[in-house]
Amino acid sequence: MVYDTVIIGGGMSALLCGIKLINAGQSVAIVSTGQSALHFNAGALSLFNHKNGKDVAHPLEAIAKLPPEHPYSKVGMESIIRLAPEVRKIFKDAGITLNGSEEKNHYRLTPTGMLKPVWLSMKDYAVTESFTDIPWGKVAIINIKGYVDFYPEFISAGLELAGLKSEIREITSPELDNLRKSSSEMRATTMARVITSEVVEKLAADVNKIVEETGADSVIMPAVIGLYDETPVDEMQQKTVCPVRYVSTMPMSLGGMRAQLRLRHHFKRLGGTYLLGDTVASGKIINGRLESVTTVNLGEMPLAGKNFILATGSFFSHGLEATASEIFEPVFRLDVNACGPRDEWYRENLYDSQAYMKFGVVTDSEFYVYKDGRRIENFRAIGAVLGGHDALKEGSGGGVASLTALKVAECIINEKENRHE
Amino acid sequence: MNRDRINNGTGTNFDECIKCTICTVYCPVTAVNHDFPGPKQAGPDGERYRLKKPYFYDEALKYCLNCKRCEVACPSEVRIGDIIQQARLKYSKHAPSLRDRMLASTDFVGTMATPFAPIVNGMLHLKPVKKIMDKVLGIDSRRTFPSYSRELFTEWYKREAENEQLKYDKHVAYFHGCYVQYNYPQLGKDMIKVMNALGYGVILLEEEKCCGVAKIANGLVKEATRDADINLRSIRKAVKHGVSAILSTSSTCTFTIRDEYTHVLGIDARDVRDDVMLATRFIYSLIDEAGAKLAFRRDYHKRVAYHVPCHMERLGWAVYSMSLMRMIPGLDYVPLDPNCCGIAGTYGFKKENYDYSQAMGRPLFDEIERAGVDLVATDCETCKWQIEMSTGLPVQNPISILADALDVEETKKLNNL
Repeated sequence: MVYDTVIIGGGMSALLCGIKLINAGQSVAIVSTGQSALHFNAGALSLFNHKNGKDVAHPLEAIAKLPPEHPYSKVGMESIIRLAPEVRKIFKDAGITLNGSEEKNHYRLTPTGMLKPVWLSMKDYAVTESFTDIPWGKVAIINIKGYVDFYPEFISAGLELAGLKSEIREITSPELDNLRKSSSEMRATTMARVITSEVVEKLAADVNKIVEETGADSVIMPAVIGLYDETPVDEMQQKTVCPVRYVSTMPMSLGGMRAQLRLRHHFKRLGGTYLLGDTVASGKIINGRLESVTTVNLGEMPLAGKNFILATGSFFSHGLEATASEIFEPVFRLDVNACGPRDEWYRENLYDSQAYMKFGVVTDSEFYVYKDGRRIENFRAIGAVLGGHDALKEGSGGGVASLTALKVAECIINEKENRHE
Repeated sequence: MNRDRINNGTGTNFDECIKCTICTVYCPVTAVNHDFPGPKQAGPDGERYRLKKPYFYDEALKYCLNCKRCEVACPSEVRIGDIIQQARLKYSKHAPSLRDRMLASTDFVGTMATPFAPIVNGMLHLKPVKKIMDKVLGIDSRRTFPSYSRELFTEWYKREAENEQLKYDKHVAYFHGCYVQYNYPQLGKDMIKVMNALGYGVILLEEEKCCGVAKIANGLVKEATRDADINLRSIRKAVKHGVSAILSTSSTCTFTIRDEYTHVLGIDARDVRDDVMLATRFIYSLIDEAGAKLAFRRDYHKRVAYHVPCHMERLGWAVYSMSLMRMIPGLDYVPLDPNCCGIAGTYGFKKENYDYSQAMGRPLFDEIERAGVDLVATDCETCKWQIEMSTGLPVQNPISILADALDVEETKKLNNL
C-alpha cells in the first residue's frame, strides 16, 4: 500500500500534520498503537508558560531566547507566527473552538483552583485574561452528586484568593444517579455520554434554580458535558441564565477526548486512513531512505510512503522506552539524545528540572531523524518524541506538538511544489 | 518492538497495564451497563486478585461482549479482552443454559432448520412463538431472527458450482461460516463471482464447522475446541493442497480462527494464521501487489456508509474493505465513527441483554440515520442483523457490493482471462 506520507503515531501532532497534508492534496495513512495521550489534555494548549519557575506573560519573547536545539528554535520565529493561527483554524474546521493568542498568555482555572498560563483554551473552559479583576462576579460552583473527580473546595479556595466569592452546590438527574451504582466508573466521559439534550435541559433548570437561590453571577461546573462535540455545551449555555464555565477534571479528560474524536473524524472525512490499534513493527531503510514499514496487523503487506513522520510521543505513549541502563526509541532504534549514566538522568527532588524530560530523538534543523549518526532522508519527527524541550517545566507541550507538526507538513508540501517546478 | 516484553508466567501481559483507563472510556458495555466493572477492572486489575485467589472472580464479567475495543484502544498493547475471556472460561461457575446452548449451536440448529426453512421462518415471526421463546428460553421477543435459507450453501455449491470451480488454475478455499451456509448463501455466490472474475476458482474445505465464536462466548469450551480442531485439520490440508489462501467473508470467523483459537482456546493455530484471511484483504493484495484490476458497471450509483465491525477493528483490516469500496466510481463512500452495534453475536438475542444491546448501538444507529445513505456496508453478519433491524436500512457485505458493482466481462479482459 502506497501513501504520499505515512505517520507513525496518532495523537494531536500526527492528526494536525495529517490534516494539513491532506488539505494540500496528499494521501496520508496514520498508524496508532491504541489511543493517544491527548485523552489526558485539560482542554488547553500551552505554548510557553514558565521560565525559571515563573509564569511567562509573552510566550514569543521567551521562545526567542531558546537555545538552537529546542524544537521551537528549529521551527523558527517567523514560522511560529505564521503557523500558530493555522492551529486554531484546523481545530475549528474539525469542530473545536479554541480561544487565545500567541502574543499574550491568558489564564485557566485548574482543578486545584490555581490560575495557570495558557495559549489556547477550549471555549467552554473557565479562563480569564488577567489575574486581577476576574469578571465572574459571585460564583456558584456546582458539582454532580456523587462525582469524586472534581474538588469544589479547591476551586472555592482558589477563587477566594483571587478575591471572588463562591458557594458550592450539587445537582443530579436520574440518568446521572444511575451511574453511581459503580462508583469507580463514575467518570467525566461516562457521565458525558448520558448527558443528552433532555438531560441538559433538566440540569439547566436546576442550575438556574441555584443561581437564583445564591444570587450568583456565573457558574463553574466540572467538564462533564460535550464528549463528541460542542453542541451540549452550547445548549447548556442557551438554557441557563448566566455564563457557565467548566473546569477540567481528573482524566480521562473530556476536552482532550473531544479533541481526539473530532480531529480523527475530520481526518477520516477528508479521506485519511487511520489505522487504530496497530503497531509499526519494522522499517526497511535502503541507502539512507525509509522505503516502507510493516505493521503487526497488516503483516506481510507493507506500508510504503514517499515521506514518513515519527509522532509516537514520549515515555507514556512508548515513543521512548527506558530500562535501567538505556533509553531508546523502540521501533527503529533511532538516535536519541539521552546520555550519561542513569544517575545523571534525574534528580531526586521530583520538582526539580529533570534531564529525562528533555530526552527524545535527535533531529537536525529540518526535523530529519538519524540512525547510527546517519540522516534518514525522508523521515522526520514531530511532537513529544522530539528531544531538546521540557514540556512539563516549560509548559510547551501543546505548542511543540502542534507547531512542529504544521512546520514539517509545510516542508513536505513545499518540497513537492519545488519538485514540480 | 518486543511485544511480550515480560514473561510473567501467566500467559497474559496484564502487568503491562499502566492504569490509564483509556480502555474503559471506549468500552461499549461500560457506557450502558453499570453492573459491568469495566475492562480495566475486569481485565488486568482483576487478574492480579484472581491469581491470588479465584474467590475474587466476579460473575459480572459475563457482561463483556468480547468486542476487543479495549485492546484496540490500549496504548500499552495489553490483551485486555483475552484476559477477561480466559478468566470467564477458567473461573465462571455459571453453567450454560439450554438457551445458551441453542444459540451457540449454530451448526446443529441450522441443520435442523434449513429443511423446514419456510415453516421455521414463518414461525419465528409469529408473535405467540416469540412470546414463548421469550418466556421459556429467555430469547428476547423484540429481536428479529435471521431467516433460514431453503437450501444449504454447500448443497448449491456441489450441484451448481463445484465442477466449474475446479477448472481454474489457481484456487482459494472458502470458509463460508454458518451464516452463508444456513441463512444467506447469496454472499457465498457473490464471493465466487468476484474471485472468478479475478481468475481464481473457489473450493470448499474438506470439513467445516462453526468457527466457534458463539460457543466460546457461551462457555462451551469443549465443544468449541472440538470444532476448532476439525477446522484446523481441514485448513492445514487445504494449505498443503496448495490453495493461495483460506478466505472468509466474515470478520468474526476470520478473527476467531486467527487469534481466538490460540489466545483463548489455547490451541496453537499460528502455523496457519497467515493463510486465513478476509476475502477483501486477499483481493486488495492482488490489486496492490500482483497488478490485478477491477472494472465496474457505469450504472452503479449508491451512497454507502461503512460500519467497521468490532472484530474488524481488532484485525485492523477495515482499510482493505474501505479501499475496495472506494475504487467503485459510482459509490459515494461515507465513513462512520467507530462504535459497536451492540449485538455481539448471541449476546443481543438474550432477554437480559436486549436493552443494553440496543442502547449500545444507539450512537451508531443515529449516525446511520443522519447519513442519508442507500445502504450500509459491514463485514459481519450479526452487525448486519442488528443494523437492519434497528435502522430499517439494507446492509450488505463489501463482497456483495463489489459483486453487485462489478463488470465481470470487462474485469476478465483487464486481467487477460
